Amino acid sequence: MLLSLCIALPALTAILLLFIPREQEQAARWLALAGTSATFIATLAVFAAFAPGEGAFQLVERISWIPSIGAEWHLGVDGISLFLVLLTSLLSVLCILGSWTNIRERIKEFHFFFLLLETGMIGVFLALDLFVFYVMWEVMLVPMFFLIGVWGGPRRVYATIKFFLFTMAGSVLMLVGILYVYFHTTDPATGLHTFNLLLATEQSQFPLAVQTWLFLAFAVAFAIKVPLFPFHTWLPDAHTEAPTAGSVILAGVLLKMGTYGFLRFCLPMFPGATVKFVPLISILAIVGILYGALMAMVQKDVKRLVAYSSVAHLGFVMLGTFALNLEGLSGSLLQQINHGISTGALFFLVGVIYDRRHTRMVGDYGGIAKVMPVYATLFMIIALSSVGLPGLNGFVGEFLILLGTFAYNSTYAVFGTAGIILAAVYLMWMYQRVFFGEIKHEENLKLKDVTPREALIIGVLVVLAIWIGVYPDPFLSRMQPSLELVLTRFQETGLSQVIVP
Amino acid sequence: MTTVSSQDLLAILPESLLVLTAILLIVADGLRRGRNWTGVLPVISVIGLVACGAAAIGNWGQGGTVFEGAVFTDGFSSFFATLFAIIGTLTVLFSPHYLKMRSMRLSEYYVVLILAVFGMMVMVKAANLLILFLGLETMSVALYVLAGFQRRDVKSAESGMKYLVMGAFSSGFLLYGIALLYAVVGSVSYADIGEYLSAGYKLGPMLVAGIALLLVGFAFKCAAVPFHFWSPDVYDGAPTTVTAFMSTGPKAAAFVALIRVFGIALEPASPLWATAVTWLAILTMTVGNVIALRQTSVKRMLAYSSIAHAGYLLVGVVAGTDAARVATAYYLAAYALMNLGAFAVIILINRRSDSGYAFDDLRGIGFAHPVLGITMSVFLLSLTGIPPTAGFFGKLYVFSAAVQQGHIALAVIGLLNSAVAAYYYLRVIVLMYMSRPEGDVVVEQPGIYRAALVVSSLIVLLIGMFPEQLLRVIALASP
Repeated sequence: MLLSLCIALPALTAILLLFIPREQEQAARWLALAGTSATFIATLAVFAAFAPGEGAFQLVERISWIPSIGAEWHLGVDGISLFLVLLTSLLSVLCILGSWTNIRERIKEFHFFFLLLETGMIGVFLALDLFVFYVMWEVMLVPMFFLIGVWGGPRRVYATIKFFLFTMAGSVLMLVGILYVYFHTTDPATGLHTFNLLLATEQSQFPLAVQTWLFLAFAVAFAIKVPLFPFHTWLPDAHTEAPTAGSVILAGVLLKMGTYGFLRFCLPMFPGATVKFVPLISILAIVGILYGALMAMVQKDVKRLVAYSSVAHLGFVMLGTFALNLEGLSGSLLQQINHGISTGALFFLVGVIYDRRHTRMVGDYGGIAKVMPVYATLFMIIALSSVGLPGLNGFVGEFLILLGTFAYNSTYAVFGTAGIILAAVYLMWMYQRVFFGEIKHEENLKLKDVTPREALIIGVLVVLAIWIGVYPDPFLSRMQPSLELVLTRFQETGLSQVIVP
Repeated sequence: MTTVSSQDLLAILPESLLVLTAILLIVADGLRRGRNWTGVLPVISVIGLVACGAAAIGNWGQGGTVFEGAVFTDGFSSFFATLFAIIGTLTVLFSPHYLKMRSMRLSEYYVVLILAVFGMMVMVKAANLLILFLGLETMSVALYVLAGFQRRDVKSAESGMKYLVMGAFSSGFLLYGIALLYAVVGSVSYADIGEYLSAGYKLGPMLVAGIALLLVGFAFKCAAVPFHFWSPDVYDGAPTTVTAFMSTGPKAAAFVALIRVFGIALEPASPLWATAVTWLAILTMTVGNVIALRQTSVKRMLAYSSIAHAGYLLVGVVAGTDAARVATAYYLAAYALMNLGAFAVIILINRRSDSGYAFDDLRGIGFAHPVLGITMSVFLLSLTGIPPTAGFFGKLYVFSAAVQQGHIALAVIGLLNSAVAAYYYLRVIVLMYMSRPEGDVVVEQPGIYRAALVVSSLIVLLIGMFPEQLLRVIALASP
């Protein structure tokens, strides 16, 4: 029942929150913190119970839900979802802490939606039933819609509607795909159609033409979420307008649902079509890497800069996934976690100065390293981890991705490397303009350095960044067996030799 | 010599109870004059409807036909009779407040409403085309009166008039179609028609014309594009409680009749009409949605969106399997609850009769009036088709039936349409929660009204999360 508990805890806390009187703002915050912390502890228990070295799903739970259509409450965790779940629950705790002082109105409602969102996110990663997966996927939309639309910046309504419509348009196509797969999957135990993901993967022997359509139906939904160029246009708006916690979750977790979807559904279920789409997606990924980096370079708003850097980073993740070899896949999965840590932390960091000055424009700062030394240090470490400095997390992920990419197409790898250089350019350039030089604005002279609460939030992420950078083995050793299972799908279908030289 | 057995009479007990209620209402209204019995009519109506619902449930599971094959007594009709009783009850619960607000004190309102429900029940029970026509006309005449009920309001009067003319027109089509079909088959019974067609029919102009005219008649009644043009004006002009009622109950009755006639009796001749219905479905959902996008009044938006929903329901008719029929029935039940609920909320919010249900009236309602905000959001999200609501499951189920039958393009078009619909439903939520009201928003909320809203939104959530029970009931009832 451990996995169900991870999903239920935030939802139950959200319901409890409804009974707290409106004026008890502090109580609402503490309750939300307690709920997310309990969820985090539950996911740690999952981690403890997880047997490394095994690729198959573990801690599987299976309860009949809607028997007449063969939908089951079917959960499980493997090396692919394990760390994404941990990342979600950790970032959620940090987000509640991070919103402690900067969410000042409708506090109860904010936490209510945030907790619902957490339920949806964990549910997406744990679902082994296509129906449950789709429900969770859609369930997340609503709280995110409110989080951006009610607590966001000045253009929040535009951003939130755009976010909602883009995601919804993608997911309805996926629903048709899911239904098609459903009607071609039979549960041997009952003889009825089933949404069971394991059976669906096992029985998916579609002709290539059908695979292509199905791949596209799923891929559009995932590509929008990733977001893969050219489906990315909702992202800078949503990121910029969302409150800090929203941006952190958006970058840290929601984008991963797209890349996770590719890994979990597209690759294993439609291997033939996957191979066919490798060039197209790789090229789009590279375009995303370069485009995201170039756009980031010209941003005047730090938050928008970080948002565009996400487009570039997720391009890397996609490139690694579609290298279709173990190095690429594990690099890409690790990079998903890294991006959650580094970009999550960057959004927190941007939030820190925004709370103090209510501006995020690069031009409004300069020289603040003098007044905020601790902040400047933390920012530096995170920026370097995002750039991919050896010894920090980003390096390991990017290195593996490039290794995997190089193994099947060296040209792609060269373009990818260019993206890393560009990342260094825009982040370091921004860092220099914000932190170094003379203090030009008088208001900045009195800026307070990070509070212990803020230092704690970012400190946790810094520790993780260093840990993964120095000793990634605990992560990789748990991921790789499951990734190997994904790759066996390609060997079974006789495709692997096409890709792996 | 035809004899009527006690079994026959028992089978039409729910309908008889309604007629009794209508008579009681007329008597009570006579006695009421000069006394201070304001609440008596709605109370009698609710008691009558609940009794009727209970009788429909009590009748459940008999199966077969009575009155020599003229009237169905199957679970399907019991299910819809129960649903109509619920729709009727909710409409009555929402009505007194609205009638008071609009100073409509004509007591005939409840009588006519009950008669409309009676007509709907006859429609779903009909086992031959003439009984169907009888039910349809009873329902329609009652609706013409209801639509024009606010006599002194020009829009309402126009609505009643337009509905009358268009309704008469479509009844003409229907009757003509019935006549032609009778000429070919020699019977108006669904069973005989089905038998005749499955024995290998001869393709003749009479048969084709009969089916075509029947289809046009139904399309008018269901407000399917391109026979929809009367409905937005009628919906817009009618008193809002009536609009809520019209867009749910009578629509459901028309769809059940469509399923019985086209989905079952005319099924063997489906090559003749399937393509036409497919196009009706595509046009209906697309046109309804696109026009709904551009509305400035919430009431009109809901009216057009109701056309779009008719399109989704037609997808179920096209799919034509048992599962599709269960799906359509589930969708109709879910739609009735969420649409009635949404209308009920806008009735409360829009207190000034002159503002015409402008979107702007919704500003800031969400946080100012949590019960209205939350229930409205549930209804809208359900109409959009977001899980875990009844609307999501209804859509999923209808479209899955279509995918199973290989109508994948139809499913894709339908689902893309729901993404379009998300835009205008969301607009309401955006206004409720993400914009500031002009001045204080005070909304009077009678307790029973609020209770009805909360209960319906909870049901929308519950049958969305746990659809199995309802599905099982419908599957047992499936014709």
